[in-house]
Amino acid sequence: MVRLDYDVVIAGAGAAGLAAGTVCAQAGCSTLIVDREGRTGGILNQCIHNGFGLRYFKEELTGPEFAYRMSEKARHAGAEFALNSAITDIKQLEDGTFDIRVLSGKDGVTHLHARAVMLAMGCRERNRGAIATPGERPAGVFTAGTAQKLLNCEGKLPGKSAVIVGSGDIGLIMARRLRWSGIEVKAVIEIMPHSAGLTRNVVQCLHDFDIPLYLSTSVIRIDGKERVEKVVAAPLNSDRTPDTSRAFEIECDTVLFSVGLIPEMELARKLGVKENPATGGAEVNSAYSTSVPGVFSAGNVLHVHDLVDFVAEEAEYAGKCIVDYLVGAKTGKEFSSAAGKNLKYAIPNRFAAAKATRFLFRPTVVTDRAVLKAMVDGKSVWEKKLAFVRPAEMIIAEVAADTLHGDVTFELEEL
Amino acid sequence: MRELICISCPQGCRLTAEISGDSWLITGNRCPRGEAYAKQELTDPRRVVTAVMPTDDPAHPFIAVRTDAPCPKAMIPGLLNKLYRTVVKTPVKNGDFVIKNIDNSEISVIVTENI
Amino acid sequence: MIYDTAIIGSGATGAATAYMLSHYSGKTILLEKAHEVCAGVSKANSGIVHGGFHHPSDSLKTRLELRGNELIDRLQHELHFPYLKCGILVVAYSEPELETLRKLYRQGLDNGVKDMEFCDRKRVFELESKLHESAVGGFFVPNGGTIEPYGYVFSLVECALKNGVSLQCDFEVVSGTFADGVWTLKSADGGEIKARYVVNAAGLFADEVSKALGAEEFKIFPRKGEEYLLDRNSAGRPERVVFPVPVKHSKGVLVIPTAGGTTMIGPTAEAVDDKGDTATTSDNFLKILKLTQNMVNGLTARDLITSFAGLRPVHESEDFYIAKSEKSPNLIQAAGIQSPGLTASPAIGEFITSLLKDAGLELVENPGFDGTLPPRYEARKLDDAKLQEFHDNDPAWTNIICRCEEISEAEIIEAVKRGHTTVDGVKFYTRAGMGRCQGGFCSAKVLNIISRESGIPMEELTKRGGKSRILAGKLGELEVK
Repeated sequence: MVRLDYDVVIAGAGAAGLAAGTVCAQAGCSTLIVDREGRTGGILNQCIHNGFGLRYFKEELTGPEFAYRMSEKARHAGAEFALNSAITDIKQLEDGTFDIRVLSGKDGVTHLHARAVMLAMGCRERNRGAIATPGERPAGVFTAGTAQKLLNCEGKLPGKSAVIVGSGDIGLIMARRLRWSGIEVKAVIEIMPHSAGLTRNVVQCLHDFDIPLYLSTSVIRIDGKERVEKVVAAPLNSDRTPDTSRAFEIECDTVLFSVGLIPEMELARKLGVKENPATGGAEVNSAYSTSVPGVFSAGNVLHVHDLVDFVAEEAEYAGKCIVDYLVGAKTGKEFSSAAGKNLKYAIPNRFAAAKATRFLFRPTVVTDRAVLKAMVDGKSVWEKKLAFVRPAEMIIAEVAADTLHGDVTFELEEL
Repeated sequence: MRELICISCPQGCRLTAEISGDSWLITGNRCPRGEAYAKQELTDPRRVVTAVMPTDDPAHPFIAVRTDAPCPKAMIPGLLNKLYRTVVKTPVKNGDFVIKNIDNSEISVIVTENI
Repeated sequence: MIYDTAIIGSGATGAATAYMLSHYSGKTILLEKAHEVCAGVSKANSGIVHGGFHHPSDSLKTRLELRGNELIDRLQHELHFPYLKCGILVVAYSEPELETLRKLYRQGLDNGVKDMEFCDRKRVFELESKLHESAVGGFFVPNGGTIEPYGYVFSLVECALKNGVSLQCDFEVVSGTFADGVWTLKSADGGEIKARYVVNAAGLFADEVSKALGAEEFKIFPRKGEEYLLDRNSAGRPERVVFPVPVKHSKGVLVIPTAGGTTMIGPTAEAVDDKGDTATTSDNFLKILKLTQNMVNGLTARDLITSFAGLRPVHESEDFYIAKSEKSPNLIQAAGIQSPGLTASPAIGEFITSLLKDAGLELVENPGFDGTLPPRYEARKLDDAKLQEFHDNDPAWTNIICRCEEISEAEIIEAVKRGHTTVDGVKFYTRAGMGRCQGGFCSAKVLNIISRESGIPMEELTKRGGKSRILAGKLGELEVK
């Protein structure tokens, strides 16, 4: 690395890091994007399926194609890259700037100095251990993403017949990928009464292949001394406990877990960034600034998005906010925003009343008609009608400037 | 009457198709792509195929590819078996054709990354 | 070839015995039925270096525990396995519990435990600020802490091998006959080893091995202990190993700051029938979590990384059974080595060596004995200057493979060079894959490095030997239908 001093250092070269880096570099800020992997694009590179970009590029792309376009934009804008480089520590210095420790096989130990830091590390997958799935510990248990990497990047078969636990999008996509690799998929098992993934993926990844989806069903054991031999599942009782009297066995040699994503917040913790328990990510204001001034966050490390297009849009906006911060712009008076009835979270957690704000919500209910309300002092001051509300689909609502004059709680009313 | 779920975009519209004369009447779609999807799905269902193919470059042993248009469902297994057994000669660029006009279907396979 | 001694089982007992015997010039072979050493009882263990106060003065357990505690200190300096000597804090959460602890404290004094300290409420909080508010007092034993049990066993075996001991894995002893002063041990797949003396250190299967050798008939009862591992960032990681007041058959559920930096809660204690039953249950997790949340603040379900279960090999006497066989010649039995077996293991090794001597094994000092291993370095623990120096010699030192535990490529290569060619072998040697993502991000990279360094094709790599293959083949080998 020639330069060690940057205006902005971005942790992560996935969609979020690339989008923010493009904007920062275009504005003339010296920008370095750091990533552990040897190529830009992050997890998109292993998502070789199509379905990306319809919103952001107005064209349907595969993951590597989306990654390629984003990377080219960042490169042309003048962003620099440090690849095969792991950030192991970030410290805020007394003057508010940052010292970032980076390890790479090429340069050894490097310390970067930056005026602003963007957290764009994405997520890791929740795994079997984290949900404490009982049973034995044979080979053949993978997270869906690990199996995806083994198949799509290494060309290796993770098994011959599989059960997929969890019906999130990665699990659904992997059901099709396994079938398209000649691997049998015995079942997808979902603990909730509805799929956690997009409906289109249920259709094109399960229905197309007649793969059974067991809803409101839990895996109660994994059996197999050396390699997986079978999975034991049971439907849930009304109190959400497994009904073991109706337990059934499925023979298989592989189990994939697709049971949610967890923001990779470890670097943020080193900075003492305030966390939002509902998202697992940081708390941010409408400028995507965390509780530590100069530290910004967007993309899946902030909250888990349904589509990479939304990640890119959000991070692009965060990139603009970083540029504003670097030129010393002030946000003005802020109010807090919180998630109320039928909402898991609302982002941002603080907003500037004088500016239009784009709020994002994760609903907890399935309903075809609903109204979203902004409550200030117990009164609804803003409303929006919604159709087709699903937990798998984020709600996006633009609220005009000078609409909300006070701390607000958003509620979702089913109609 | 047939019920379908549109897979053209992530919204997943629930479509209903009814015979009306000698064509299908599609309802429930929120955009024109839904109607086109339903008509195609009822007569000749197709999917875009994505896969990886082996390459001759040991540093990048596999490359991501896709069809440049949706492919008739019945053709998919045969196509995949062929892709896994065909070695891509490098260097290649994003968008380069690796197999042109598969079995005269006017569908081709392109690579989606640079090696 | 006829060995002087064959040791059946490469857990802490077998490894320590091999290490002790390597001080002498006789030929020793260590036999292990699994694909790699330390695959049974010693692997799934709490890793506590106990203080010597839990058992009465006159018991064999106490004598060996105290001696083992001292030896582990010395061994750590010579072999460099991870040891966090943080001390043990036994805490009472009510006045009656404190009375019980007084008795335990007195027992410790009688046993000769060094530097014990009885603590009032203020003092226990000084020693451990994260204790639950209801703590009323307890006692502190500074000479104790946690080791990585597998790291400890690996280094004993490595040192023993360096000093001339042989090792044969995948050798499951199914029969043994003694004729003309020599044992012939046969393995399940037809292998044969000859030795003058045999040590039965087969852990859970010591009863079956004893029977196979025509020796004493006894029974080993498996008693399951489930453990739950929490993230290294857990707010509930204590400074000390926190013990409650012991209960019958168990030292209770502990909060353990592991030597590797994570936090462990457990173990349960449950008699089971099947010696292969290492399943864990979600009910037990909630139970253990609740118990430990009443001991130490900051423990949450959100920090759970993974769970595992180990089986304690309980002899019907509830005590160690370490003795010369009365029935079969030239055979030393070392069975029922449950807690504090790991702590006691170096002393058990010494004791078995003396029993072998009494039985007639000639012990001539090994003139070339070198009891030290090169120090082991970890990228995450090196300062910038040192790490840069390492990088300049070998860039693999700053290529981070396991992000959660910050393990470099160099450490993984070192593990493969030292004979760990399974995914679990590398994981337990280096900690790669032991962190919060449980190998989600690094397993493809680790498989590639093991394959590259060992020459074993990636598809043939296993989790822990045998049929535990990680992969099922190459893309294109299965027909898409």
